[in-house]
Amino acid sequence: MDYTTEELLQQIQELKLENESLKNKLDQPIQDEDPLEQSTKYPFTLEEYKRYGRQLLVPEFGGPESQLRLKKSKVLVIGAGGLGSPALLYLAGIGLGEIGIVDHDTVSISNLHRQVIHSTRTIGELKCESAKHQMLGIEPRLKIRTFQEGFNSINSFEIMNGYDIVLDCTDNPATRYLINDVAVLLGITVVSGSGLKTEGQLSVLNYMGSGPCYRCFYPTPPLPSSVTSCSDGGVLGSCIGVIGVMMVTECIKVLTGWYERKEKGFIPFLSLYHGYNEIGQSLRSFKMRGRRKGCVACDLENRSITREIIESGELDYGLWCGKVDYSVLNDDDKVDVQFLSDVLSKQKDDKNPILDVREKEQFDIVHLDGSINLPLRKLTNSTKEVPIDDLLKGYDSTLPLYVVCRLGNDSQLAVKYLKEEFGLQNVYDVKGGLNAWASIIDNEFPTY
Amino acid sequence: MPSVTVNAEFLGGLDVIFGGVRKSKCKVTKDSDDPIILKDLMTHIANNLIVHKKDYDVFIEDDTIRPGILVLVNDTDWELEGEENYELEDGDLITFTSTLHGG
Repeated sequence: MDYTTEELLQQIQELKLENESLKNKLDQPIQDEDPLEQSTKYPFTLEEYKRYGRQLLVPEFGGPESQLRLKKSKVLVIGAGGLGSPALLYLAGIGLGEIGIVDHDTVSISNLHRQVIHSTRTIGELKCESAKHQMLGIEPRLKIRTFQEGFNSINSFEIMNGYDIVLDCTDNPATRYLINDVAVLLGITVVSGSGLKTEGQLSVLNYMGSGPCYRCFYPTPPLPSSVTSCSDGGVLGSCIGVIGVMMVTECIKVLTGWYERKEKGFIPFLSLYHGYNEIGQSLRSFKMRGRRKGCVACDLENRSITREIIESGELDYGLWCGKVDYSVLNDDDKVDVQFLSDVLSKQKDDKNPILDVREKEQFDIVHLDGSINLPLRKLTNSTKEVPIDDLLKGYDSTLPLYVVCRLGNDSQLAVKYLKEEFGLQNVYDVKGGLNAWASIIDNEFPTY
Repeated sequence: MPSVTVNAEFLGGLDVIFGGVRKSKCKVTKDSDDPIILKDLMTHIANNLIVHKKDYDVFIEDDTIRPGILVLVNDTDWELEGEENYELEDGDLITFTSTLHGG
């Protein structure tokens, strides 16, 4: 069919208008109609009876009274990632009064295998907004507040104040301690989840302002070198997702007073999930201690943590938890990826001038041709009693050795160790690692 | 020589320092007639089960379990059982688990 330019322009204009009106429809809150009107005779609307009917039937849930409690409750979820995504999806449907979402990060493609509330369409958007959009699809009347600035010492009290319960869905010890301390000072219960690879942990902290807190379990922060992130250690979406979903169950139990209805009340616990158990999957629940006498956060007689020292920044959580110091080399010990590229292009035989210190799993995803793989962990577990030729199979000690990793951090530690422990002289760190290689030298080199 | 045989478990990724072993039967012995306690198991594990001696610090710090590792005696926090002084019994399950931080 042939159209004239005018006809085509006309059609484009019409489509634009249609698109506009459809968009408006999506954004508009649904108008209250008859079945939704609050009856004077019953505590819920007709629609609410239908929406929550299936959970109202569950004996442990506690019936309409529990449903009313949820309706009056405000839940804060900090982190809309691997834990927060499934948690928020389930929270959206249970009939809460308000849900707050704190996350300053934006959606990226490497999130989507586990952060199921986001979608390819929302890549680049703020996670809290992307999550809100998806949740309104489940319950258009849900009151959702988003906090785009992230959670920090300065805004922590302002954000958390007024919420009945907090779900700690964050990914680092410093923020976990901060959430704990603020929650203890405000008397808010924290449902705490975490996970890595195929394992996950779940706990309820500062239960009703009287249970043990994070610091009772962990008075001293872990060594930075012992903390592994999901981007380094990896994580199965379905395994971390299980924990996020379990957090919602705990949230319901706390808000509806289930622990209060139990004869023994609340017993502090830590549940441990393992997706790749010897037999099937496993979930273990450990009975944990109560509050620690002398706890600097929750023992009233020994409390040294106050709102003032948190908000003023006097207590620097990042500094207190520390981080691994990667600046251990002089500039003379480093080369850039361009230099390495020139070396490789002049390389005539198959002698190996590259040592890749990433874990085997990462090496197997992609590596530079001919590189030797020896993970940093294995390297630093070896001492000079082992001949270097045995350790680095194919290494030619007459040639310079270039050390790479993913981002150029571990490679620096490796170079230092090779120099100090094995006395290697001719060994260099490749600045920026394979990510720099991919962005500067070889655009087809996969990054992950 | 008195001895006790217990099961030790290493969870939360702690198994990496034990060559990937998550569960291990441990026969703990002692020269004296003093009761065999959890501290003796810790020493046994540190001396016999850690694959690379350098990983000792991953398990022990300042003569006790490193911060960030929880210890459980038959599924109960060791703080409720006397910590290092808990007297081991045959068949006990002692769990060591690292804390996870990812989310």
